[in-house]
Amino acid sequence: MNWNAWIPLLVVLSSLLPGLIIFGLAEEKVRVRITLNLFGALTKLILVGWMIWGVYNGYHYETRLPLLPNLELVLRAGPLALLFVSLSTLLWLVTTVYAIGYLEDSPHRSRFFGFFSLCVTATVGVALAGNLITFLLFYELLTLATYPLIVHRGTEEARQAGKTYLRYTISGGALLLIGTVWLYSLTGTLEFTPKGFLTNMGEEHYPALITIFTLLIAGLGVKAALFPLHGWLPQAMVAPAPVSALLHAVAVVKAGAFGIIRVVYEVFGVEFSAALGVLTALAWLASFTIIYGSLRALFQDDLKRRLAFSTISQVSYIALGVAIAGPIATIGGVVHLVHQGLMKITLFFCAGNLAETLGIHKISEMNGVGRRMPWTMGAFTIGAFGMIGAPPVAGFISKWYLGLGALNTGQSWVILVLAGSSLLNAAYFLPILHRAWFMPSPKSWPHEHDFGNKETAWPLLLPPLITAAIALAAGLLVTLPFSPLEWAKLISVREFYQP
Amino acid sequence: MQNAFIAFPWAVALILLPLAGAIFCFLFPRLNRTLGLMTSFGIGVAVVGLGWQLQEHGIYRHAVSGWGAPLGIELYADGLSLLMLATTALVGFAISVYSTAYFNPTLSIRFWPIWLCLLAALNALFLSADIFNLYVTLELLGLSAVALTALTGSKEALSGGMRYLLATLLASLAYLLGVALLYHNFGSVDITLLAQQIHASPATWAALGLMGAGLMLKTAIFPLHFWLPPAHGSAPAPVSALLSALVIKASFYILLRLWFTLFEPIIESETINSLLGLLGCAAIIWGSVQAMRQTRLKLLIAYSTVAQIGYLFLVFPLATSMGSTAWSGAAYIIISHALAKSAMFLSAGNLLTFGGHDRISDLDRVVQRLPLTAAAFGLAGVSIMGLPPSGGFIGKWLLLEAAMIQQRWDLVAVMILGGLLAAAYIFKVIGRTFTQAPVTHEAQSVSATMQWSALLLAIGAILLGFLALPVLSLLNISDPTITSGVGL
Repeated sequence: MNWNAWIPLLVVLSSLLPGLIIFGLAEEKVRVRITLNLFGALTKLILVGWMIWGVYNGYHYETRLPLLPNLELVLRAGPLALLFVSLSTLLWLVTTVYAIGYLEDSPHRSRFFGFFSLCVTATVGVALAGNLITFLLFYELLTLATYPLIVHRGTEEARQAGKTYLRYTISGGALLLIGTVWLYSLTGTLEFTPKGFLTNMGEEHYPALITIFTLLIAGLGVKAALFPLHGWLPQAMVAPAPVSALLHAVAVVKAGAFGIIRVVYEVFGVEFSAALGVLTALAWLASFTIIYGSLRALFQDDLKRRLAFSTISQVSYIALGVAIAGPIATIGGVVHLVHQGLMKITLFFCAGNLAETLGIHKISEMNGVGRRMPWTMGAFTIGAFGMIGAPPVAGFISKWYLGLGALNTGQSWVILVLAGSSLLNAAYFLPILHRAWFMPSPKSWPHEHDFGNKETAWPLLLPPLITAAIALAAGLLVTLPFSPLEWAKLISVREFYQP
Repeated sequence: MQNAFIAFPWAVALILLPLAGAIFCFLFPRLNRTLGLMTSFGIGVAVVGLGWQLQEHGIYRHAVSGWGAPLGIELYADGLSLLMLATTALVGFAISVYSTAYFNPTLSIRFWPIWLCLLAALNALFLSADIFNLYVTLELLGLSAVALTALTGSKEALSGGMRYLLATLLASLAYLLGVALLYHNFGSVDITLLAQQIHASPATWAALGLMGAGLMLKTAIFPLHFWLPPAHGSAPAPVSALLSALVIKASFYILLRLWFTLFEPIIESETINSLLGLLGCAAIIWGSVQAMRQTRLKLLIAYSTVAQIGYLFLVFPLATSMGSTAWSGAAYIIISHALAKSAMFLSAGNLLTFGGHDRISDLDRVVQRLPLTAAAFGLAGVSIMGLPPSGGFIGKWLLLEAAMIQQRWDLVAVMILGGLLAAAYIFKVIGRTFTQAPVTHEAQSVSATMQWSALLLAIGAILLGFLALPVLSLLNISDPTITSGVGL
């Protein structure tokens, strides 16, 4: 009995099973629900830690189950998969704590946490997928599991947002399906392979392959919110704050970005994609999205909407890093998957705290809020500086590697994009910080809750502090062996640019 | 003990058991629920027995009372028959369980004998190897189905049932004429013997046209679907479920058999198959668009059936040259649609019992108040949309793969579009169940039996997404596309 063959499956089950049990729990069984949630999250964390250590030392973890004739359901924990899995696992734990605090005494919590667990299950499945059909399976599951979270509040607005979300994601899924089946009918395999599995294809297939590439990237681009497929993201903001946090930092947008990495590096292979000439187009699209998202963010007064447009912009850094195609830019893109997640989840937690504690939803209401909620706004400040790319927060590292990688491959125009985007980031984040810290507070807040002498409830305050601290640490302690950057380098060496 | 189990004529039991059950239900109306459930369970056991026999010995043949073809009646079962029988047994059992709680005593007395008769007809149909027997079972099936549709005796049910009756009689008549023509020309009704002798002639073509048209009318392929929505929409929920899940599949099954074993040598040109494929495409689009426009849940589900039948007809253009992949895909869609669609109709029945109406725009709060039913509808919806993980996805994947390999981009486009439209009409319902309008009237409680039987069927449709290999290996106990030309 080889245990290593089952650990990836166990990682998926560790959130699936608690989720399924939670669906059946009565609403008032708060303790049981919390225990199950935390038990699942911690189990997952331990298993993932175990696998990180193992993979670092050269072990293989792979589960294979039959799915279709000649196609298997493959869950494989390679270095890249583990990067995304550990991000999801860590942030799931933190967000669960946050959600427990955020949803205290609100209705339908069993349903919420059930779908929440399903959502994480799907994300982890996306990360561990060892071939394109497994990826597709979990990618669609993610669509289905997030829908009930978006319409959770049951208002007409939520229903409309859910409708928009589905319109985009289901169509995206359909494109991905066409691309996948087409690829399979051409090659007879869908297994993710270092340097791709298409290198032997003859010239006569190039037009078909370019179309397939476009289909796959368009399908993934919907979730990664690449322009012009981003329309659902700002609307999905009606969901409760923990959902927005998870959607933006880990689950949905990252699944799309992660898929782009997989497709470029392990389906087509980066050299083959470059030979097809599709990477330049992707790079331009990503750059455009970066600037476009930032510009739109400038004009939003709603805090969550501004953050949403910021996400659109920031996630495209990952696609950009992939499309620049070179070992250094790749490291920048891959590591940004983690860095953006940490920083963005902090920002969303803080936005949720402001809304829950003081009823603040708009930036124009944030005057002087720094003095009322110093810890929350402290975390927010770290996140915001990270987004701008100021050292020593993690975001700086990503931008540094992206810029360096671009120069290295002779695409200096990318520097302009990065600089422009940093300026715009500063232009939409610094005014918020200025208001919060340096403007006088109003006499009363829009809708204040009383938390005694604390600034807000513990389960709400701790998560942003933790994630902000990790984001800071990821920037400061980059040279430690298991820092995201070092791991990204390991991915680059072992998976993408294998000698 | 084991030998006795293997040697037992399970196929005969599959036909006699429900017939006996029907008679006993009629004779002892007070015991109808118990008798019906026991019979339904017994059918399940018999299917397992037959499956075992097939695994051990391959294709099963049984000459009833020792008289084989061409004189006597022969029972025949291969992988496809087995899967159809198994689906019937499974879905039939769930519907039986549901019905024990759904019908009031008066209706219950009428329901059980007819339902068991219908099961006997279905089982006999899937076990028949000659075209005349198929006619007899088809007629019995049609009549019991009509009787069930009109069960409540309401004005709506009677008019829906009447339309259904006329359509089904016309269809049987056309089929019977085709049988007569073939018998007159070739002197046999046994499919195997006919397949050896058949050759193109005006009479054969006429037979093909008549039988094909009759079966297509019964299967309700576009544009012959006019009778389906009123019949399926007005029948009691368990009846709608069994009509959509099982009854229309039976006539499609005959069509599939005739096309791939009997008429295969004479259908040389691609035209007929392309035409059938075209009808399938039209059904997918038309059915889905109509489903989107409905304001009543049961009609929406009925139109969704019209669309799903369209996918089945894509097997004709795709499987002629390729065989196995498209063939398996269609078979897989038959099974998963049977599970998912019955789950949907049963949940619709729950909602109807619960709120007293099935207006889609007034389904508010269902997710909170009937979570099991909402889950059943949602999970069944996943399979109908063809999203993974579900049986519907596997079927669609196989069909897509076949279409890709043959470069039939038109069919690929229609299948994908059909999936998108299905998502649109299913989420139209699901979106409404989440909203929070104030409660306007006191709802009726829905029994756990009814909720769980719907949910378990839906879970079955999802689990099928992981069972492709075992199911397909059963299907290949004998693959008609492989054995065709050599006879069965």
